Amino acid sequence: MSSETKQILTTDGIPLEVSLKKAEKKNKIKAFLLVAPLLLFLIITYIFPIGEMLFRSVDDRMVTNMLPKTFKAMEKWDGKELPPEEVFEAFYLDYKFLVEEKTFGKLATQLNYEKNGFKSILKKLQRKMKKFEQGNYKEQIMNVHKRWANVEYWRAIKRRAPDITYSKYLKAMDMYENEDGKISQVSEDRRVHRILWLRTLEIAFFVTILCFLMAYPIAHLLATLPMKYSNLLMICVLLPFWTSLLVRTASWMILLQQQGIVNDFFVWIGLVGEENRPEMMYNKTGTYVAMTQILLPFMVLPLYSVMKTISPSLMRAGKSLGGTPFVAFWKVYFPLTIPGIGAGCLLVFILAIGYYITPALVGGASGTLISNQIAFHMKSTLDWSFASAMGLMLLTGVLVIYWIYNKLVGVDNIKLG
Amino acid sequence: MSKNSEFVKFDKVDKSYDGKVLVVKDLNLDISEGEFITMLGPSGSGKTTCLMMLAGFETPTNGEIYLDSNPISNIPPHKRGIGMVFQNYALFPHMTVYENLAFPLKVRKVSKVEIDKKVDKALSMVSLTGFENRMPGQLSGGQQQRVAVARALVFDPAVVLMDEPLGALDKNLRESMQYEIKHIHESIGVTVVYVTHDQGEALTMSNRIAVFNDGKVQQLSSPDKLYEEPVNSFVAEFIGENNTFQGEVSDISNGKCKVKLKEGEIVANPINVKSKGDKTTVSIRPERALINPSQKMDNNYKGKIEEVIYHGDHTRVRLNVLGNSEFILKVPNSSQNIDIKLGNTINISWNSTDARALDPK
Repeated sequence: MSSETKQILTTDGIPLEVSLKKAEKKNKIKAFLLVAPLLLFLIITYIFPIGEMLFRSVDDRMVTNMLPKTFKAMEKWDGKELPPEEVFEAFYLDYKFLVEEKTFGKLATQLNYEKNGFKSILKKLQRKMKKFEQGNYKEQIMNVHKRWANVEYWRAIKRRAPDITYSKYLKAMDMYENEDGKISQVSEDRRVHRILWLRTLEIAFFVTILCFLMAYPIAHLLATLPMKYSNLLMICVLLPFWTSLLVRTASWMILLQQQGIVNDFFVWIGLVGEENRPEMMYNKTGTYVAMTQILLPFMVLPLYSVMKTISPSLMRAGKSLGGTPFVAFWKVYFPLTIPGIGAGCLLVFILAIGYYITPALVGGASGTLISNQIAFHMKSTLDWSFASAMGLMLLTGVLVIYWIYNKLVGVDNIKLG
Repeated sequence: MSKNSEFVKFDKVDKSYDGKVLVVKDLNLDISEGEFITMLGPSGSGKTTCLMMLAGFETPTNGEIYLDSNPISNIPPHKRGIGMVFQNYALFPHMTVYENLAFPLKVRKVSKVEIDKKVDKALSMVSLTGFENRMPGQLSGGQQQRVAVARALVFDPAVVLMDEPLGALDKNLRESMQYEIKHIHESIGVTVVYVTHDQGEALTMSNRIAVFNDGKVQQLSSPDKLYEEPVNSFVAEFIGENNTFQGEVSDISNGKCKVKLKEGEIVANPINVKSKGDKTTVSIRPERALINPSQKMDNNYKGKIEEVIYHGDHTRVRLNVLGNSEFILKVPNSSQNIDIKLGNTINISWNSTDARALDPK
């Protein structure tokens, strides 16, 4: 068919499509140049760091590069018995080089992640190594500490041979690859991360619900009140928005602490006794209260912008056609606000799932989220690759939620304003 | 079948929004069953407020509204059983045409079979059969309008209110919809209360028209009477075109009066003037003043043509008559109007019965 359709020419005889492309080329270049700074900015500050994060979370070349000879010698070792003399010799040579370069500390840290107890025996080895004689390194190393004669430690070293590893992801799920290469769970008393993941989801979910329940009537009032009242109310909604996050969180600390204003008030009206003031901070309650208040505008604004576009005559029509006020609301008004609800909930949930400062300040031990754990590993343990792995898992989670939302409601239905 | 002439009754209804200004003042209005009544008036005249009070979205500040002899002020809108067509249709955008029409039936717990039947009937009435599964957004303005009308009628309400339903349509569509609504009204005999500010619409559609101004009904009568016999200068001014002269009654006798103008004097029909010395506005419809009439008339003057505007089927001529340079004549587009040229002076006449001496402006 397409070959039969006649090519349309301009008056000058140039094919129309060619002419059109030429005419639009300049505009396209202009448009591109306009967005180029932003594009560049995004690549530098967003896409590149995410790529870097992904890489860092699986990158395991550090140990590989530090023990090249060892890993080469280990290729032939089956891992069942203690490794042969060549492996010990190679390890001795690699480690000697690292000691000379003064980078052996890093190896100790890395191997200690893999198996506890490496740090001390590596330090001991470094001290004793100076007196080592040539040959029979297996014997000499095993004499330094009895752990060196334990095959588990050598297996631990071998596990670090590959360039990439997914062990950080397993760790984030409280799992690890055991000596036999099987994935198994860590002992029960050390399963901290899974609790954090679940708590993060739980808090984000309930904060979203709370925000929705509170924001819906406010947004409705904002959209229907006469201008002079709605402006005032809008300022009330936005005022916290213009205040620093830290200030708001700090004021919640003043309000919620045991000797704080809210507790004083409860005692004063006789709701609780002076002795048993409830703890509302440094636990989940504090996180819920503060996060809901802080994230409320993100729910109000999309809802408001959608409600603003719903003509009041629709509700009237619903009523005049015989619907009770509730039916008119539920069948007419509510379905029309769904795009706003979707946008608001998605926004609040995604913000809540990665919330950091507020839970860190008011959450205490039982109110912290996964992002606090990420920050902990970024700042304190300096295990950046683990932090990256958890960050990426969080990002993937958000993308999955977005995808589910798209399947259920359709992203086209989102309306932010 | 005896028809209730007080099917809808506004009894001394006042309405104020702020406690300072009355939007509707002492409204008394009886609407008989099956009637097509139009509330006509400029914006802010209180006509929409009246409609909203009848629909139940506003409560009267004073007085009572009766529907079929029952007071309805305390009945919420959804229990009044009054259909309403809104200015911007107010079709539910998330529902199909079928669902829109089924809504009033569903809330009344009508069976599915019955709903299908009624929706079919209502759609065929507005000639939209086959559009059941369209969304309102996929329909043209005129089609949306018809769906809105069908939805207001589908549950067989006793009264249907229409709030400027044709305001958003273009001129041609508006005219054809006027006839369509009129025909629907005639065929099902429902009582219609129609609000508009378009006098042409009011004149073509209604049995009776209530002209609103300043919160009051200025005149309530049939379209022809309203046009031919306006009772005051507001109605004369608002309905149709109108040539006016300001003057003072110098003599009144035998159902005629003489009105002295700044220049000259005219003989008029005394409507709102009682005695000599009353100030008055004399109103003459443009088509009632004729050029060189064959019959004898009791007002004959000369006028100078100041402007000629061609309108296709007629020509409008602006004259200077008796010191009024805004005097408009409508001349039918036939062969005899040869001497209509700018600057010419022509003889014009009218009967004193058509020159209505009304209240002064």
